[in-house]
Amino acid sequence: MFRRILRQLLYAAALILAVLVLNFLLIQLAPGDPAEVIAGEMGGASAEVMAAIRQQYGLDKPLLTQLGLYLGRALQGDLGMSYFYNRPVVDLILSRLGPTMLLVATALGFALIVGTRLGMLASRNPRGIASALVTVLSLVGYSAPVFWTGLMLVILFGATIPLFPIAGMIDVVKQGGLLSRVLDIAHHLVLPALTLGLVYLAQYSRLTRASMLEVLGADYIRTARAKGVSERQVFGRHAFRNALLPVVTVAGMQFGAIISGAVLVETVFSWPGLGTLAFQSILARDYPTVLGILFFSTLIVIIANLLTDFVSRLLDPRLAGGR
Amino acid sequence: MTLAPAFSRRFLLAGAVALTALATAPALSAQEAQKGGTLVLASVHKPRHLNSAVQSGVATAVPAAQIFATLLRYGEDFTPQPYLAESWEFSEDSKVLTLKLRQGATFHDGSPITAEDVIWSLGVVKDNHPFSSMLAPVEAFEAPDPQTVVIRMKQPHPAILLVLSASLTPILPKHVFDDGQDIKSNPKNNLPVGSGPFKVVAFEPGQHIILERYDGFFLEGKPYLDRIVIRQYQDANSGVLALESGEAQMFPLLDGTRLIRRLEKSGNLTVTDKGYAGIGPLNWLAFNTKHPALSDVRVRRAIAHAIDRDFVTKALHSGLSKPSIEPVAQGSPFHTEDVARYDFDLDTSKALLAEAGYGEGGKPLELRIDYMPDVEEQQRAVAEYVKAALAKVGIAVTVRSSPDFPTWSQRVSSYDFDMTMDQVFNWGDPVIGVNRTYLCSNIRQGIIWSNTQQYCNEEVDKLMNAAGVEPDLAKRQQLYAQAFKQITTDIPIHFINEVPYHTVYSQAVQNPPVSIWGTMGPMDEVWLKQ
Repeated sequence: MFRRILRQLLYAAALILAVLVLNFLLIQLAPGDPAEVIAGEMGGASAEVMAAIRQQYGLDKPLLTQLGLYLGRALQGDLGMSYFYNRPVVDLILSRLGPTMLLVATALGFALIVGTRLGMLASRNPRGIASALVTVLSLVGYSAPVFWTGLMLVILFGATIPLFPIAGMIDVVKQGGLLSRVLDIAHHLVLPALTLGLVYLAQYSRLTRASMLEVLGADYIRTARAKGVSERQVFGRHAFRNALLPVVTVAGMQFGAIISGAVLVETVFSWPGLGTLAFQSILARDYPTVLGILFFSTLIVIIANLLTDFVSRLLDPRLAGGR
Repeated sequence: MTLAPAFSRRFLLAGAVALTALATAPALSAQEAQKGGTLVLASVHKPRHLNSAVQSGVATAVPAAQIFATLLRYGEDFTPQPYLAESWEFSEDSKVLTLKLRQGATFHDGSPITAEDVIWSLGVVKDNHPFSSMLAPVEAFEAPDPQTVVIRMKQPHPAILLVLSASLTPILPKHVFDDGQDIKSNPKNNLPVGSGPFKVVAFEPGQHIILERYDGFFLEGKPYLDRIVIRQYQDANSGVLALESGEAQMFPLLDGTRLIRRLEKSGNLTVTDKGYAGIGPLNWLAFNTKHPALSDVRVRRAIAHAIDRDFVTKALHSGLSKPSIEPVAQGSPFHTEDVARYDFDLDTSKALLAEAGYGEGGKPLELRIDYMPDVEEQQRAVAEYVKAALAKVGIAVTVRSSPDFPTWSQRVSSYDFDMTMDQVFNWGDPVIGVNRTYLCSNIRQGIIWSNTQQYCNEEVDKLMNAAGVEPDLAKRQQLYAQAFKQITTDIPIHFINEVPYHTVYSQAVQNPPVSIWGTMGPMDEVWLKQ
């Protein structure tokens, strides 16, 4: 067991190193550099200013020297200074991690609870109206581009019927205590979480329905029913628990990919998370920040995979036994 | 000190202007102005930091003009008004400018603003600001006493007054910033101690900037607003929705013409194109004059004749942008009608091409057009139109897109282009924002918004350099008019239209910022009807 964990950690370290090196080299392949962005924002800059910018950020050094310096600092936990924001990358990322986690956790939680319930409902009578409705809704939710869903929700509930704020995480104009602040964040969270959640919900309801239908046809369910176990117990205890395994696996993978999932939603709603930061940093060629985000993203994927593995073992004791 | 006649005239003129400005504008607004309230400003521009002494561009300029005072300010025309300096005078030879500072002005930390701070700040700008031409003629900044600033120049530099305004030369506290760190990357640029009407209390990059009224501001009773919140949206659509839902009260620098047309129909919002004479934003088609075909002026003129500016301004820009015919915007004091014009005329275009050996019966001509990314209506749409327009005269054009700004910038600045759409600002005076595009000495590979067309005409250089040092406005205008006529004749650039920047604001907003610098000037006189 210990050796297995050690092996997994070594794999993870190697993966992170490979990601760092690969991303560092890939980002350099694009034409132009951060000095061009800074000069562009300045409305143009003289050759001297451009040279000073390149020197300031070490962009005038050979590529391998830059890579060596970056890796050396990264090993010490220093991901450098953001070219664009002029702040330590670690601080920037940590300040954005919370909002992204909040958004993704809310969206995933909503999608997991509602999606699995809808999937269960649909599986009770696969040819019924409820099942058809869930299938259609899932199809729509799954096929609608997330930015389109977001924009429609913004227009509908942000402008036409202005129930919810359309951008940001807090209303900086309002001032109030902790409770008012929490409520304000919750108010801002509704539309982005719903947008992101609808995509996941569609996936989970379909997955749960399919998984439930498969499990409900299994011998042990027939046995349970023959023994006179109530239908409620058959569904909730025997079938649902097993049907949940693929859902948990998918949810784990999705949690690992939170940044890619959140980029569009955060961009549409100006949500101050890692997705928005990634988007802005890529456009600004802010190499240290982009690399930092990819580093964090890799970490999250690895952690999410480990957690998924752990939860799967909890749900299915056969996995824990190593069989 | 004895005043020579010319000196006296200038002094009296400056003094009269100062007194008029003092007596009129503030008094008018003070009659009705209500204090208090928060103005939420929607923006799509995201600043790196807030110190405009080392950073140009509108993203930094808007908050910086609120955080920092400058020596002078401007109203709705190009007449300087007193701000931190209550008076100013030129020497007889126009090479020495002496400014008197207001008594009792303080920085946001309460320390006094002295001439020492001012000359240090001007030095920072001279050494670090990307617009090096702004203070290039300055030989020395002097502070003979705490209230007097003397600027000595090696030659007359009439643009200096404009340079001392808006956010171009912010007054920084020396005791805060002079800490041995490189000022361009000084962390204090994120939450700077300022000298203007509002102090910055929060700056979340890409999210918002919160500015609060500075009670110790040197203009008594100003500013009127309690707070200005600049909320940054990912795109103009989101900002417009925020305006419509009441989340924001003002949206400056909006150039999406369909959005502007939509907002014009709203009964609760006012739409104005005032406030942009200072930046003078132009949208143009630039030629690489070293390209084998485009080095022939007849080909460039043929292309110009094939482009219908009216179609661009009326159809593509919903009638909101103005056609542009010269290197400056129409609001500039140097605007002239006497330039080489290229009216839409396909026959002339074809004839010119034939003369140059291209088109029907001649060699086929294939060109590529680039455009600045993420500027849809002004750049991509016009590039696509140019492709279609030139097809009518037998020129095959390929539109090349760039995934991001650095890619486009690198292509253009390394001369890897045939034609490119571009957007360039005048920045008030040709010395600051116009000369750079045409001077032979500014052909600098690798530098965007230098003379990337590689155009060189020594006569133009001579005229522009002479205009740059001519103190007499009428003579300056004449010199620039001659230069512009030559430039438009040589046509290294075909001017298409002025960028239709508009400011949209709710009816609660009073005294909206419509000076030549708009929101890039101080908003101490803006107030909200409550």
